[in-house]
Amino acid sequence: MEFFWYIVLIGILATYLVLDGYDFGAGIIHLFFAKTEKDKKAITNAIGPFWDANEVWLIAAGGVLFYAFPTLYAASFSGFYLPLMMILWLLIFRAVGLELRGQIHNQMWEAVWDKAFGIASFLLALFFGIALGNVVRGVNLGMVNNGVATQEPHFFFLPLWNPTFSPEAAELGIIDWFTLFLGVVSVVALMIHGANWIIYKTNSSLNSQLKEVIFKMNFVLLVLVIVSLSVWHIIEKEPFHNFLDNPLLFIFPIICFVGLFGLFKVKTFKKDGTGFLFSSMFLVGGFTSTTASIFPVVLPSTNKVNPSLTIYNVANGDYALSVGVYWFAIALALVIGYFIIQYKVFNGKMDDVGYGEH
Amino acid sequence: MEEMLFYDRMQFAFTITFHYLFPQLTMGLSLIVVYFKWKFLKTNDPHYNKATHFWMRIFALNFAMGVVTGIPMEFQFGTNWAKFSELTGGIIGQTLAMEGMFSFFLESSFLGMFLFGEKILGHRWHFVTGLLICLGSWASGFLIIATHSWMQHPVGYEVLENGKFVLNNFQALFTNVWLWPSYLHNQAASLVTSSFVVAGIGAFYILWNKNVSYGKLFLKTGVVFGLISSVIVAMPTGDLLAKNVVKHQPVTFAAMEGIFHTEEKGAEIVLIGQPDVKDKKLDNKIAVPNVLSFLTYGNWDTEVKGLDQFAEDRHPTNISGLYYAYHIMVGLGTLFIGVMVLAVFQLTRKQLFQTKWLLWAFLFLMPFPYIANTTGWYTAELGRQPWLVYDLLRTADGASPTVSSGNTLFTLMGFVGLYALLGMLFAILVGKIIYQGPEPVKK
Repeated sequence: MEFFWYIVLIGILATYLVLDGYDFGAGIIHLFFAKTEKDKKAITNAIGPFWDANEVWLIAAGGVLFYAFPTLYAASFSGFYLPLMMILWLLIFRAVGLELRGQIHNQMWEAVWDKAFGIASFLLALFFGIALGNVVRGVNLGMVNNGVATQEPHFFFLPLWNPTFSPEAAELGIIDWFTLFLGVVSVVALMIHGANWIIYKTNSSLNSQLKEVIFKMNFVLLVLVIVSLSVWHIIEKEPFHNFLDNPLLFIFPIICFVGLFGLFKVKTFKKDGTGFLFSSMFLVGGFTSTTASIFPVVLPSTNKVNPSLTIYNVANGDYALSVGVYWFAIALALVIGYFIIQYKVFNGKMDDVGYGEH
Repeated sequence: MEEMLFYDRMQFAFTITFHYLFPQLTMGLSLIVVYFKWKFLKTNDPHYNKATHFWMRIFALNFAMGVVTGIPMEFQFGTNWAKFSELTGGIIGQTLAMEGMFSFFLESSFLGMFLFGEKILGHRWHFVTGLLICLGSWASGFLIIATHSWMQHPVGYEVLENGKFVLNNFQALFTNVWLWPSYLHNQAASLVTSSFVVAGIGAFYILWNKNVSYGKLFLKTGVVFGLISSVIVAMPTGDLLAKNVVKHQPVTFAAMEGIFHTEEKGAEIVLIGQPDVKDKKLDNKIAVPNVLSFLTYGNWDTEVKGLDQFAEDRHPTNISGLYYAYHIMVGLGTLFIGVMVLAVFQLTRKQLFQTKWLLWAFLFLMPFPYIANTTGWYTAELGRQPWLVYDLLRTADGASPTVSSGNTLFTLMGFVGLYALLGMLFAILVGKIIYQGPEPVKK
């Protein structure tokens, strides 16, 4: 049962990454490349009717985490207290920026919410990468000090950073060079992803420029990926043992690299949606490869006193987990139905949907 | 430890109070919006469709505020109440996860269609999307109150050796005696808020002598919905809920009613008075003898237990706060019924739109259902103290062990600042929509 809900949770998170990921990416593109009113409108039209539904995947992930793995939810949400609160505030600014911009026609008003939307999206992309970095690197579970745990074995607390910014320091911080590096990977990858979405959903004058941007940024991404693979062993001693034990898992890194290399052909794509497909493959492949490499651990322990948190020592009771399968199956069928309807209604290019205008 | 608990509670109280200003309008208003659209389909009178659009805009703004202030609620169980989440997540995680899967996806998928899709969808399907959003928001309320009811009156669980609560009966969560009265009470109260807002803005347009035809429509609709819902809030739902409290949380009931000493020969009902917790008495009391016994047990002379019957460590932690919250809620609820009865009476005599003082009353009554809803929730939540899970898990044992009070104070200040900004923006934008008014119908 634990394994079933683990797959559900990873599935929901991967969906969130692909869907809200393009919103963040579009926000970053908006921040750096959208100069004219027409382009800004095109970008907000492209994500306007969707962002809210996309964000629900994050809430669903939170809900499933709470229900299926309550101990992990409790430990990680209190331990990562400060960054989570900041993510909440940024999500508010992102939402407000998008929703309020069109309410009053005034240059200053629009400029303020443009920046709120763009900067919040940028920082959210960075924070989510940092979050993944923290999960891979692990934390000092039980807050062990000189070999003695000062808390229950699954609780911890991390400050935003420590003075050395090192992932190997005794006292860890949320932001160190490794997690920050993954943050940068996330920003670049989501920027490419967002650009692909804009190309897919609009006829904006930016589109040809964006293809150039995707092409160049993809080189940057490739370099970042190679560097991260070469430093990964510092953080995780045997990153490949799961893959060697179970070669079927290689499907995930393969998906990731097909996505990455496929995007170099961005200028020759016939259909506007192809690029989006490839960047989704990169994101899903990269995310699932990372989680697969630490499985069944979900939060590693950096000390020798307390064991890592795995899906087996943080899960809900068996009865509760089994009964959930029934309602979850119904809910998932409904959700898929909603998505089909939604994408049918808002099919094709979105330039004229008039989002946010009253 | 004390200080940590104080800031954790303050932050939850502040963020939930602010959050619930929005859903309490949108749950009821979604029903009224759907009603306008339905009337349009029936009568083909364009006024009804323009009224739908107008209230849809106010709905959308409130809904967006509800969404952005709602996400912090789900996070805070883990961030500030980690011990509580760890121990009870096996049960309340279930209902909260269901809320996400069943109602948030429904609402968010169709909101965009409802707001921007009228032309693509046609009127009939536009009505259906409105109905689905209404359904989603009512389902969300249901699952939240199922969670709340479990905390008030835990059912279908067992406690393991390590203190964790695990579910052993899924159905029990939804047949909980606490659930249905609370849910219907809350939904009716939400409809009271929306009715007063719709009626109040109607009265505003009539008094302002602008958009008068819409003003009349809004006022008429508001008072009809308002009369029905404000009666349901009191009878049967409020009554059933109070009887639940008497039966399962007698100490809470004693504190709500301000009964410090057991009244053996029938209890009086206190209308006004200030509790003096130290000396265990009420100052400046106005009370009617024996009525409380009658309302509670249907018998004038039945004994009602006072706070002196219960150990002090089981007393609600804020007795005066609880007493005031309850009395304000009941007082306002009674006032609402009175005003609505009068308004419907005037409506049947075709005098409502000319009764100036009543129109002014409706204008100034708009904030009060918000106060009544808020104090109603305070009654429920303060009444549950000092427990998180009634009789089983104390609030003091539920906070996050590793989050220091300094960190919580920091984020509390952040929320206060951010929500102040959001509140101002909301006021500006809602004011703009109301000032513009519904689109006039072209002749």
